[in-house]
Amino acid sequence: MKAFGGSVLFLDRSDINTDEIIPAKYLTEITKEDLKPYILEDLKLPGFDPKGAKTLNARVILSRANFGCGSSREHAPWVFEVNGITAVIAESFARIFRQNMFNCGMAAIELPKADLDLIFSHSSDVDAEMTIDIENETLTMHGGGKQKTFKFEISPFDKALVLAGGWVDYADQKY
Amino acid sequence: MGKTTAEKIFEAHLVNEPFPGTKVLSLDAVLCHEITTPIAIDDLIRRGKDRVFDSTKIKAVIDHVTPSKDTKTATQAKILRDWARRHDIKDFFDIGANGVCHALFPECGFIRPGYTVIMGDSHTCTHGAFGAFAAGIGTTDLEVGILKGVCAFRQPQTIKFNVNGALPKGVYAKDVILHIIGRIGVNGATDRVMEFHGSTIDSMSMESRMTLCNMAIEAGGTSGICQPDMTTVDYLWPFIQGDFASREAAVAEYSQWRADADASYDQIIEIDVAKLEPTITFGYKPDQVKTVSEIAGTPLDQVYIGSCTNGRLEDLRIAAEILKGKKIAPNVRGILSPATPKIQQQAIKEGLIDIFMEAGFCVTNPTCGACLGMSNGVLADGEVCASTTNRNFMGRMGKGGMVHLMSPATAAASAIEGKIADPRNYL
Repeated sequence: MKAFGGSVLFLDRSDINTDEIIPAKYLTEITKEDLKPYILEDLKLPGFDPKGAKTLNARVILSRANFGCGSSREHAPWVFEVNGITAVIAESFARIFRQNMFNCGMAAIELPKADLDLIFSHSSDVDAEMTIDIENETLTMHGGGKQKTFKFEISPFDKALVLAGGWVDYADQKY
Repeated sequence: MGKTTAEKIFEAHLVNEPFPGTKVLSLDAVLCHEITTPIAIDDLIRRGKDRVFDSTKIKAVIDHVTPSKDTKTATQAKILRDWARRHDIKDFFDIGANGVCHALFPECGFIRPGYTVIMGDSHTCTHGAFGAFAAGIGTTDLEVGILKGVCAFRQPQTIKFNVNGALPKGVYAKDVILHIIGRIGVNGATDRVMEFHGSTIDSMSMESRMTLCNMAIEAGGTSGICQPDMTTVDYLWPFIQGDFASREAAVAEYSQWRADADASYDQIIEIDVAKLEPTITFGYKPDQVKTVSEIAGTPLDQVYIGSCTNGRLEDLRIAAEILKGKKIAPNVRGILSPATPKIQQQAIKEGLIDIFMEAGFCVTNPTCGACLGMSNGVLADGEVCASTTNRNFMGRMGKGGMVHLMSPATAAASAIEGKIADPRNYL
């Protein structure tokens, strides 16, 4: 299983699409590692710098509704993975992106808006960090001298994929 | 309790249910292109599992960047080409025979009612026009599909769209689907199948139904689905005539995939097309739509007609009818990319290509190219394109570029005026 948790990158907008995560012109790269410099290159958000320290140090992304909409490109989870980001927390996900995350053994975790609002209130904390416990389906937000734990649910199938390290290994054993 | 089309297809293809709510289905068609497949091929080689579950059920095409524009795209094409040869995949389409996947594969008769279809491409939902369950998936799902012939899905709920009425002049399937997306939003159908019914759909050609289903993903939908009928059978007849005694017999057989009258739906949405106007996107999301009257006059730099949404013969005929004997405005660059070689050839025979070229259009070979800003018509920063494609995300057709999605008729009228224009003035 991959490691989950660490510094949080706050992306406070709904409908962040796969073209913003990794523009199509980079889909000609043949290895996942080659995608690394282009993470979130076309995302325009106030205060967000795709090449800034917050992006480069991030291990978790926090966002809003319909994250990962658009193209089916698995290059979107891959560009996160090669940058050390293994989990995205959002109010909801586009289906293909969500499945691509779990298929790679990564986590796409849905939380209600009220919980997200609480976590987003940590966005200016310099020490904002999240721990994630996939087995027990909880995550804890630390920052500004406070901490709070949230319960989440992922489907049993998606959990099995995370524990197996992805869909190829799982499917190869079972089908 | 009756069943929806997707429920019937799921039931017929169920391999097992490893966990409640997750269904693993057997696949009838695994479609591949050169952008999302090579990494799956590499991974299979790396794992020592360079095999395919059934070479007759795998179809592959080089379509996104073709002919290759540089070493990287040439390498992607080569990986796919070598793999297809290695595994004796007969339905592989290379230069001279290649076209946009979601136009080419249906044209070859590969998609049938009741099929399960996957491809590493979000617009795979197009193939639901044949009464199939067709879903875009990522490279890992594709890899497992190639190796094992299965894919896992959550049991989808279905939204039923009752689309009724005669399409007004200048209004087409593209306007209907843009209107629907505008109404339900970019995640209005997430984890849902969009099942289209009603007199408007019944009267639509297969080309129009494909346009409609193509954009289901822009509302988050897993698959668009139309009900198989005589129109479906007429389209497929050259490929299925040996299998059935008559067209009526084929319709009867395929009717098993039609939704039951008492099927249960997550939601039922009524659409009356009689009042629809030509519909166009204005922002960076496909649900940001306006009627042509609200947005006419917006200046343009480029007009693009093509793609898996609207690059078929019907689309070219509609646009050519408007462009006939006219010139496009000097401030715009017109680009036509017929979706397949067969469409291009037929358009030449019918004199459509002459009309486009005399109007001032550049005609490219069939490719996805400009739609996703990869080749053959990439925008410069600040440029605006009227496009018959399916996605208007910021920078989609080129960094800093703006895309207005519209029908081929609206695109043709807009090319003549050099700004967004009402096609009804030319019909």
